[in-house]
Amino acid sequence: MAKVLEQATTTPYTTISGRPIEPLYGPVDSASVDYARDLGDPGQFPYTRGVHQTMYRGKVWTMRQFAGFGSASQTNERFKYLLAHGSHGLSVAFDLPTLMGRDPDHPLSLGEVGKCGVAITSLADMETLFDGIPLADVTTSMTINSPAAMMLAFYILVGEKQGVPQAKLAGTVQADILKEFIAQKEYIYPPRQSMRIVVDMIRYCTEHMPKWNSISISGYHIREAGSTAAQELAFTLRDGIEYVQWCVDAGMNVDDFAPRLSFFFNSHSDFFEEIAKFRAARRIWARTMKERFHAQNPRSWMLRFHTQTAGVSLTAQQPYNNVVRTALQALAGVLGGTQSLHTNSLDEALALPTEEAVTIALRTQQVIAHESGVVNTADPLGGSYFVEKLTNDIEAEALEYFRKIDAMGGMVPAIERGFPQREIQEAAFQFQKAVERKEKIIVGVNEYVMDEKPFSILYIDESVAEEQGARVKQLRETRDAACVDRALRELKRVAGTTDNLMYPILEAARAYATLGEMCDALREAFGEYEEPPVF
Amino acid sequence: MSTRKIRVVIAKPGLDGHDRGAKIVARALRDAGMEVIYTGLRQSPEQIVAAAEQEDADVIGLSILSGAHLPICRRILELLGEKKIEGVRVFVGGIIPSQDIPELKALGVAEVFLPGASTEDIIRMVEGSAVSR
Repeated sequence: MAKVLEQATTTPYTTISGRPIEPLYGPVDSASVDYARDLGDPGQFPYTRGVHQTMYRGKVWTMRQFAGFGSASQTNERFKYLLAHGSHGLSVAFDLPTLMGRDPDHPLSLGEVGKCGVAITSLADMETLFDGIPLADVTTSMTINSPAAMMLAFYILVGEKQGVPQAKLAGTVQADILKEFIAQKEYIYPPRQSMRIVVDMIRYCTEHMPKWNSISISGYHIREAGSTAAQELAFTLRDGIEYVQWCVDAGMNVDDFAPRLSFFFNSHSDFFEEIAKFRAARRIWARTMKERFHAQNPRSWMLRFHTQTAGVSLTAQQPYNNVVRTALQALAGVLGGTQSLHTNSLDEALALPTEEAVTIALRTQQVIAHESGVVNTADPLGGSYFVEKLTNDIEAEALEYFRKIDAMGGMVPAIERGFPQREIQEAAFQFQKAVERKEKIIVGVNEYVMDEKPFSILYIDESVAEEQGARVKQLRETRDAACVDRALRELKRVAGTTDNLMYPILEAARAYATLGEMCDALREAFGEYEEPPVF
Repeated sequence: MSTRKIRVVIAKPGLDGHDRGAKIVARALRDAGMEVIYTGLRQSPEQIVAAAEQEDADVIGLSILSGAHLPICRRILELLGEKKIEGVRVFVGGIIPSQDIPELKALGVAEVFLPGASTEDIIRMVEGSAVSR
């Protein structure tokens, strides 16, 4: 008995991020927490317990399933299916040529058209994508970064054609270019030129689109690239600081744009560490906005966020186990106070999800919302010795990263030095080693392995590439070529000034310039970024 | 006399930027004593084959998660054939539907590593293939 007790107290137990955890937490661990200063009631500064007074009693989170594959008309059908089955909002996944600002007939688009998401080459595709979906009645999130301004222009113009003014459009473009350099690597232009595009877009949204979230500052991809929970938190919020600083430096008033900044986090498998991360995120952001940027409007202090369960945690082995992983991660997101949620489908380690798999993922959220009872009260884990201690610890770790990055001169210089990239790469390698040494168990991968039957997946063939190539060829033949040329020349000219790029982008989009053509105009003006290939 | 180190070109073809797997494999192969050249992101088939030729590679490791594996591998193996670069073994790792594996092998891909593959397995296969060269 004594031996068992000794083992239980001396064996190192760590979170998935490698954070040591004690066998028991008690009053001493959360003694430093001052309720009014550090927690506050839900809806009160510093919002550790949530941004709304009544949390999910007032309204449950938005169930927003990320979807997109093949052609615009195929994805349009999936959107209508999701809306008919209880999804509250749309979330568009684009294919890689679209994300990288390449037309489908560019050589680097070989094999990529319509594979990872929907192919959107011009305003014509965007019109098809939202055909029969009134933009006045839905909110739409668009996961796109380097060409975010062009995609926002397409969306505004579809709204215009439907008779919905841009001031009434609600949704988000991701537009978080910093985390592209740090993690997902879908950048086009160098960091400083990329930041200029983001600032122009935030200014445009602030002036014309009061219901639109101008940016979704994202930790999701940082985590997927292999960061720890604290690194995800630190780099995401430090990215947020960088955007605010650039906008302020560009002459904007913080309270004019900050209420429309939104965030996006990963919910990974380590249940309590994730909940602590979400709580710490709200507290850090509230204090940063108030103390560092002197924001006066409470809405500027509030960190509102979307959550997606961890794609990287899904296993190709025994895929049904992924339903369980996703349910636990989704629950952590809800207990952490998320405003909107995407649950991954069980087959996503293998392919884009089938309709059946997506339905189970959506039902998972509905079970949590309507059956588990967790929506009945706000921040049910607030005051837990363990959760409060974890919240403090993860906050301290994030603030230490802030100090390092501030000392480098901010996030752009830190990225240029490869700092966050190296930190993530190292954490990813250490995790892989821990899995291979079986210090971390992944059910069905390094333990509880068994022979399996083949699994049926969604398969996207090369026909989409051919159709999309034909569509763009036809578009180029039928549009007013002189008008397109003029608009593209104007876009390139404005790139050389300090005027807002959104206006020439809107005009080029209206003339049916393709996404690749618009991005090429800016490539000529700004150059392209290449990361040093280090590993 | 010292034996020549196995020379590996790790490449990310296509437009995808998810390089976590490519970098982990590159580092594990280097730690296992191989000479590893990482091409960086968004390399065309032409650039990858040129790198393999220039580096006198024994092995090309391709990381593809986006679904573009068939057209990309077809082009790379065609180019190796056209340029008469012989004896280079091509490995693919990433998200590859099982139904595509026979076609990839028929094109000449030596092995396909799927999610969950350990770096130990990858090292063993690469060492085995280079010894048999």
